[in-house]
Parts: sequence; C-alpha cells; structure tokens
Amino acid sequence: MKAAPLLSVENLTVRFPGATNWFGQVTSQVHAVNNVDLCVLPGESLGIVGESGCGKSTLVQAVIGLVRLTSGRVLVDGHDFAGANGTLKRDLRQKMQIVFQDPQSSLDPRLPVWRLITEPLHIRGGMPAAALRARAEELAVSVGLRSDQLDRLPHEFSGGQRQRIAIARALSTDPELLILDEPTSALDVSVQAQIINLLLKLQRELGLSYLFISHDVSLVRHFCDRVAVMYLGQIVETGPAEAVFDDPAHPYTRTLLASVPSLENSLPDVDASLTGELPNNRRLPAGCYYRERCRSAVPGCELPQALLAVPKANAESAPRHQARCCLHMPA
Amino acid sequence: MTAHSVQRPHALSIENLSLEFPTYAGAVKALDGVTIKVGNAEIVGLVGESGCGKSVSTMAATRLLPEGRYKITQGSIRLFGRDPMAMDEEELQQVRGKLVSTIFQEPMNALNPTIRIGQQLVSVIRRHEALGRKAAEAVAVNILADMLIPEPARIMQAYPFELSGGMRQRVLIAMAFSCNPGLIIADEPTTALDVTVQAAILRLIQGRARRTGTSVVFISHNIAVVSQICDRLYIMYAGRIVESGPTRAVLDRPQHPYTRALLRCLPERVRPKEPLESIPGTVPNLLDPPPGCFYRPRCPEADARCMEKPHSTALPGGQAVSCWQRAGHPSHPSSEVPS
Ligand SMILES: Nc1ncnc2c1ncn2[C@@H]1O[C@H](COP(=O)(O)OP(=O)(O)OP(=O)(O)O)[C@@H](O)[C@H]1O
Ligand SMILES: Nc1ncnc2c1ncn2[C@@H]1O[C@H](COP(=O)(O)OP(=O)(O)OP(=O)(O)O)[C@@H](O)[C@H]1O
Ligand code: SF4
Ligand SMILES: [Mg+2]
Ligand SMILES: [Mg+2]
Repeated sequence: MKAAPLLSVENLTVRFPGATNWFGQVTSQVHAVNNVDLCVLPGESLGIVGESGCGKSTLVQAVIGLVRLTSGRVLVDGHDFAGANGTLKRDLRQKMQIVFQDPQSSLDPRLPVWRLITEPLHIRGGMPAAALRARAEELAVSVGLRSDQLDRLPHEFSGGQRQRIAIARALSTDPELLILDEPTSALDVSVQAQIINLLLKLQRELGLSYLFISHDVSLVRHFCDRVAVMYLGQIVETGPAEAVFDDPAHPYTRTLLASVPSLENSLPDVDASLTGELPNNRRLPAGCYYRERCRSAVPGCELPQALLAVPKANAESAPRHQARCCLHMPA
Repeated sequence: MTAHSVQRPHALSIENLSLEFPTYAGAVKALDGVTIKVGNAEIVGLVGESGCGKSVSTMAATRLLPEGRYKITQGSIRLFGRDPMAMDEEELQQVRGKLVSTIFQEPMNALNPTIRIGQQLVSVIRRHEALGRKAAEAVAVNILADMLIPEPARIMQAYPFELSGGMRQRVLIAMAFSCNPGLIIADEPTTALDVTVQAAILRLIQGRARRTGTSVVFISHNIAVVSQICDRLYIMYAGRIVESGPTRAVLDRPQHPYTRALLRCLPERVRPKEPLESIPGTVPNLLDPPPGCFYRPRCPEADARCMEKPHSTALPGGQAVSCWQRAGHPSHPSSEVPS
C-alpha cells in the first residue's frame, strides 16, 4: 500500500485568453497546460523538465492557486484546494511554499534581508522580532549567505544571492511541499551543491517533498526520485528518474537528452528538424502533439496518444515508466 | 556592418579596476584589481562564485551601475578605445545599444511590464536605425523567429507577463542582436532555456561572433556551456581574477585551487541523492576582506606565503594564475612554472 499523496493534480487544464477582438471578446486561447495528472508523495521529489514555454511555471502556479484552473482538480492532503476556503484553505496553503523562477520580482526592495526571509513567518504572526531575526540568521547561513549581510537591501546583492534569499524565505515556515521553479540556475556549482545538499538533508530528516522544475537534466537526475517530461502543456513521459533518463521512451525526451551540454562534447549542430515546426499552443494538434517535429512518426501518430506503460524487458524494474507515444503502444 | 581594421582596439579592456560601494556599514570592495580584455570577434567567459563581481565588472564598463552609489578607486576601462567614465549621457546612449548591448541576468527587470514586446523591440531598433515603423516591425518579427519563439507575430502583441521565463530571455537576446552591436554582454543568457533551444541560441551567438566579428562577454555558471562556446575564460573569486586562459587549457589543466575545487562540484560526478561536493566555507566579507589571497581561508594548499596578495603568473600557452603555489620559488620571481 502506497502512502497517500501530499499533492495530487487531476486532469488539470489551464488556458489563457490569447487574443481579443474590438469588443474585448476572447477570439483565441493559449493552451498552456493540457490535462495534466501528477502526484507527489510525502518525502518524494518530482522533477519537471521540458521545453521552454511548455507550461511548467503555469502548472505550478495553478497548483498553489496563483493561476485559475480552467478545469481539473488540485488535491492537497486529499482536500480539494481550489474549492477550499476559510481556515482549511489557509491550512492547506501553509503546507506549500514556492520559489519563483524570477525571484527578484517577489522581493520587496525596501525590506532588509532578515525581514524578507521571515516575511511569511511575520505574516503568520506570533513570533517576536528577536526570534524572527534569529531564525533569519539560521536560514541565511544555511543557504550560504553570511550573517553580516542580514541588514542589507536586496539591490545590494548579486543575482545568485537574491535567489538564495528567496530559497531561505520559502524554507522559513517549514513547508511540507516546496515548489522550486529553476531554483539553482543563478547559482555557481558550489553554492548549488550546498543548496541541493541542504534540500536533500531536509528531505531525509523532515520528509519534505519537492516539485522541482529545472532545465538541468543532470541535476534533476541527481535530485529527483521521479520525473515528468512536458511538451506543449502535456506530460509526454514520466517515471523513475533513472528509467526516464537512461532509457528514454518518447522521441521528445530523446531529443532533449541529446542536446545536454557537457565538457566533453562540442556544441551540437541543432538540426533544423529539432526546431523546425515550433509548437503552437493556440491550435492544439489532433494527434500526438510532437508529431510535426518527430523523426520517428509513423501512421497512427495522427491519433490522440495516451500515457501508457512502457513495455520493459525487465517488467518489474520500472512499472511506473509511462510514455505518450504510439511506438510504445502494446501490440 | 562595421569594418574591422587590423589595429582596432580591444572591444573591451578593463585594466586593474578596483571598485567599491559605500554603504552604512563601510565600503563593499566589489572589485579589486580586475583586468579583463576582450578582443574582436572573441567570446570571453566570466565564471566564478555567486557574488564575485561578474555583473558589476560588466555593468561598470557600460556605466549601468547606479550613478553616485559606487566609487572607482583605481584602474581604467576602455570600450572600443574610449573611456565610458568620460562620456556624457548622450554619448552613453549612443554607445549602449549601438556599440554594446547587454542581455541582463534578470529578464523581468530589463523589460517594461506595461509595454507590449513588439513596441519595446521596435523602439530599440528605431533608436539605432533609420527605419520606419513597419520596416522595424518586420525586422523585429524576424529576429524573434531566429530566437525560435513560436508565433513571433503574436508575441509582438503580448505583454512580458504573458511570456514564459525562457521566452522573455530570448526577447532580451533578440533586443541585444537587433542593433548589430560590436560587443554583446550576455549575463547568464540561457538559464531559462531548455537544452535544445539553448544549443540553438548558443549557435546563433557563436555564428554572430564568427560572421560579423561581434565580441561577446559570456557570464555563466554553466561550465559545460562555457566550455562549448567560449574562446577564453576568466575565473573570478571575491572581486579578483584568479585564473585566465584559453578555455580548454583552463578546464583541462586548472591551476588555481579555486578553479580546481569548482570543477569538482559538478553533479555528474556523484551517485544520485548522495551529497554533492561543495567548497567548504564562504566567500570573504567584502567589507573587510582578509589579508593576502582571498581564497586562503578555504584553500587546502595555503601556506605562510599566502598571507601576501599573490601576483598573476603567466604560464606557457596563454594561461595565467594568481596563486603562490604556482608562482615558482619566491627567490626567482620571474621563473615560470609549467603545469
Ligand atoms: N498570463 C498569461 N497570458 C497569456 N499567456 C500566458 C500567460 N502566462 C503564460 N502564458 C503562456 O503559456 C505558455 C506556458 O508558459 P510557462 O511560463 O508556463 O512556460 P514554462 O514551461 O515555465 O517555460 P520556461 O521554461 O521558459 O520558463 C507560454 O506559451 C506562455 O506564453
Ligand atoms: N549596489 C550595491 N551595494 C552594495 N553592494 C553591492 C551592490 N551591487 C553589488 N554589490 C555586491 O557586489 C558583489 C558583486 O556583485 P555581482 O552582482 O557582480 O556578482 P555576480 O558575480 O554577478 O554574482 P551572481 O553570479 O550571483 O550574479 C556582491 O557581493 C554584491 O553583494
Ligand atoms: S595563494 Fe595560497 S591560499 Fe591562495 S589559492 Fe594559492 S595556495 Fe591557496
Ligand atoms: Mg517557467
Ligand atoms: Mg550577476
């Protein structure tokens, strides 16, 4: 019996108005997130990777209620989060914290660092200033800032230092689920290692769960238990991190992994077919979303594809490895 | 396109630059004797610990730091042979954009949230080129398409908040490209891009440097990317350049203990979920940096000599390192130590 999920997302769809006519009526829609299902168990980390603009940030913002769901449900600890209100809503919201992709815009420029870090605690109330400051110091040091920097203002910091302020702040309320949208892309590898080690330690000790968006495939592989690969607002492949990255089943995942930069390889020639037909999220394709760019397309790909278990030689090794591709349909 | 004569000065030459920010607590010594040279058509990487002064160096060179809030205590800067500190506002406007474009680290800060993307691009293009609105719009759509932005014509009509992080970053790159500058300063330009789009954009940047002789300063924490695109590297630590040289030499035969430690922190080297290697300790307090080598408190190789500031030692093959352990015997200060 598996533990009950801390977060489960069911059939989530988010659309934005794409264009309006003279009368302010919406004439086209942006299909940012399309029927996404996912769950995060207590103590688990789920990585999300995918093309720039495929809906990762929209998805997690919908999860915490910053973007309206067009349809679908978000369950936190088994409770419908979007439908909740009053103290239940507050209690559920308290379980989650997010570090935004562009954290700069979420830091009040007039507050010193220690106030920024403890702002969520301050809003929750009940802690004297001295205790807040002590907590700020502890958090600041844990993300590699120095205690002598606590009274400085955000503009006096570098990009990576501001990112660490945002991470310390998200940790301040001891959330159960931490959503991290590109948390370490502004950090050098040593500070990145320090933060990843801290997150792994919190996970081991407190059973924290993570929803971790990153373009850094080797980092996701290192940090996450499971991963979901997104393309055009859809999950096209999901499974244990090592199964997906070592034995990718979906052609998009393969393309993605083929261009991971490394110290050994020179810059790949990006072949026109990889980037040729750009996905258009205003008119969703009828069949497989990846078909126009896919070099493995066969008859059958023009039909809608479902997320199905990837057949494996060693069947029990990765029963949860699924892909949305007609090449993996059971015969 | 600009004609490149042989004797053209460096695109960017920062010479022994020291810079500080006066604050209530004292002066933050952000740069200490930084020398960076960027030749024509050269792609030069700046790598180093978060907060070590990469952005400040390049922002000082383009006079983008808040006026009156910083002080240059020594050294000089030349952009295509001219001193930006001696320019008036009008000259600066000419230089920024026409000669030099910056792709900023935080895209949201660099875009005006209340103006449509197309309008922002068109006004940048028209500031530097005598084009009508329609013609400038066509140029803008083309550049967005080059950046692999889907539906560029529609994105012209969008506001910044309607774009994903990576799309905003590509809009900034498009802006930097749009006025055909001689020098592009790219501050973490691809952090929000998936690896496929990233590779395509890096190709574009590289192609531009090779074809039109554009010089590029490429600031990045992604060492794999740096290894793929940069001709030369400068490694910075706490406001000083600690090592420099041709990319392959620096990455294959790192000389400075900091560079070596940095390369050990890459996640590829450890089993999943195991702690990653990081450099113990923190960067020094720039209000009150320690005497001698700034890396000394964290350095496994430090000895008594390191209480003095190490000078830069040139090594064969164009590499240079500021570390006593690579500086040869103190009684033969001129001797060079091969690796
Ligand atoms: N408020 C909005 N109005 C209209 N379209 C939007 C809005 N927010 C996002 N979009 C669109 O939704 C799509 C998904 O954007 P999202 O920010 O979720 O992508 P992402 O996967 O996080 O990309 P990146 O890796 O570049 O950050 C994009 O096409 C974007 O233009
Ligand atoms: N206006 C300011 N006032 C005081 N200190 C400042 C100011 N701007 C920058 N600094 C300090 O100068 C140092 C260098 O900052 P810089 O932004 O150049 O770092 P960076 O190398 O670009 O780092 P990152 O990789 O995190 O972006 C940092 O320690 C920062 O705290
Ligand atoms: S000079 Fe000394 S302290 Fe500095 S890096 Fe070299 S050995 Fe280490
Ligand atoms: Mg995003
Ligand atoms: Mg910076």
